[in-house]
Amino acid sequence: MQSFYAIYRKEMGHYFVSPVAYIFIGVFLFLSAWFFDNYLGLAIEQALRMEMQGMQFGMPPDIDLPARVMGAFFGVLAFLVLFFTPILTMGVYAEERKRGTMELLMTSPVTETQIVLAKFLASFSLFVLMLLPTASYLVFMFLHSDPVPPWRLLLAGYAGVLLLGGSLLALGTFISSLTENQLVAGVLTFAAFLLLWVLDIGNSGGGSLGIGALLGYLSIIGHYEDFTRGVIDTSALIYYFSFMVLFIFLTVRSIDSMRWRRA
Amino acid sequence: MIEVENLTKTYGDKTAVDHVSFTVNKGEILGFLGPNGAGKTTTMRILTGFMPATSGTARIAGFDVATDSMDVRRHIGYLPETPPVYPDMTIESYLDFVARIKNVPAARRATSVTDAMRKTNLEDRRSELIKRLSRGYKQRVGIAQALVHDPDVIILDEPTVGLDPKQIIEVRNLIKGLAGTHTIILSTHILPEVSMTCDRVVIINKGKIAAVDTPQNLTSQLKSGQKVRLEVQAPADALKSALAQVSGVSRVQVEQLPSSAHSIVTVETAQGADIRSDIAAKITGSGWPLFELRGVSLSLEDIFLELTTDDATHAQPSVN
Repeated sequence: MQSFYAIYRKEMGHYFVSPVAYIFIGVFLFLSAWFFDNYLGLAIEQALRMEMQGMQFGMPPDIDLPARVMGAFFGVLAFLVLFFTPILTMGVYAEERKRGTMELLMTSPVTETQIVLAKFLASFSLFVLMLLPTASYLVFMFLHSDPVPPWRLLLAGYAGVLLLGGSLLALGTFISSLTENQLVAGVLTFAAFLLLWVLDIGNSGGGSLGIGALLGYLSIIGHYEDFTRGVIDTSALIYYFSFMVLFIFLTVRSIDSMRWRRA
Repeated sequence: MIEVENLTKTYGDKTAVDHVSFTVNKGEILGFLGPNGAGKTTTMRILTGFMPATSGTARIAGFDVATDSMDVRRHIGYLPETPPVYPDMTIESYLDFVARIKNVPAARRATSVTDAMRKTNLEDRRSELIKRLSRGYKQRVGIAQALVHDPDVIILDEPTVGLDPKQIIEVRNLIKGLAGTHTIILSTHILPEVSMTCDRVVIINKGKIAAVDTPQNLTSQLKSGQKVRLEVQAPADALKSALAQVSGVSRVQVEQLPSSAHSIVTVETAQGADIRSDIAAKITGSGWPLFELRGVSLSLEDIFLELTTDDATHAQPSVN
């Protein structure tokens, strides 16, 4: 446990002594805030237009503004996560191998599982730190809405982003453990993310086909959309948790196999 | 303390370590000597549990490196070829991190870190970032890292690489000071290092052990065939043929000095015979002025070259 905490602390320190974490969080917050502002502006404009139309035709306006903004915002959040997480994970093992510090970790009384979990948890912590401030945008919107939408929607949305992010981080750290080159790890991770993303297209194209349905189920974004509508689906939970466990397990195996590979 | 038996490591069809066996007693310093690529690093990596052997066994402090890896790792400190440091950490926080992952109890951690810094003369730079340190300082941080948890066995892969002469002496003294309470294996391709610091030497070449002995024994072993060095004012060819006639001479090598008429001659003699006076008589008898004549004994360097090169004639004599 002591070693686990030591590695976790070292990883967090590594993010925060260099400008990495600050730039990362700063850019992410700026972009997400910009998108949120845009969506909110658009939605309000649309709502006003609909209200005027409603007055003309004598019908009450029927628009759930917070739900619209949230749907769009969580969509773009997922998109930002897709771009940001490869940067977060590409160096996790690649750098350690290049510097030769992997040799220190692997000859210390620490298990591979401890190393992998500590590193995964550190990258996940940074991810949470990056994501948390964005909740303030939505909280403000909720407080100024009338009637106030159920908070469950907000929680479900963030549960979705966290699960999506955790899964991508698990996959990203696994890819990082395969190579000594950070850039290669980053590019491969991004390619893998995109592939998981577009699997959904197969589904929407020929939904009735068995393969299309299967691809749709494997798509990492398909399960996410339920969360953004406030639905927590058990099958989505199972999907994301098994995704994380699978890639954490594969990372442990990959680290272990380094001993057999020519270092 | 360390028992290695028939250790073999192959990469594909290349054999890096070939049936290596040796033992190291408690408190001893064992030198691993060999040219680059001889299998020193691979052997050390197997001992530390970083990579498994293809076959054979190694035991450290009674624990098998393959099956009781965690116990082995608790008993060793290891300096790899490149010091395993994190550039963004300060020396002190780095050593604290290493102490934590080596399971040093929290109560003893601060003193362990300070002790390791004191032994390696890093105290005055404790809060400096490692990336700002010179190669020599990084190397010392690497050594400090191997000592911080006070392990029974210390394995150092080329500990003096990148250090200046003063630092080399300091590190050698540090290593000698650790012997007795710690068992040490160090690898090097620098010969004087071995004769100065090690109790015993393993000479390894192309994955195989060429010799295991004390530095003194290795030196005396090959003294049997003597060498004599001469400086004579004489034409090279005539000198060579004249000396070849002296009984007991096995080989003559003549080198004409470019600046004068002097020749430098190296005469190798058969075992046991002392023919220095015969050589002197031959030269003065031929009427050549003799400027110098002295016996030369083989140094560790010669032994090393003799054992590690296929063609022993490359061995150049050096003067003791």
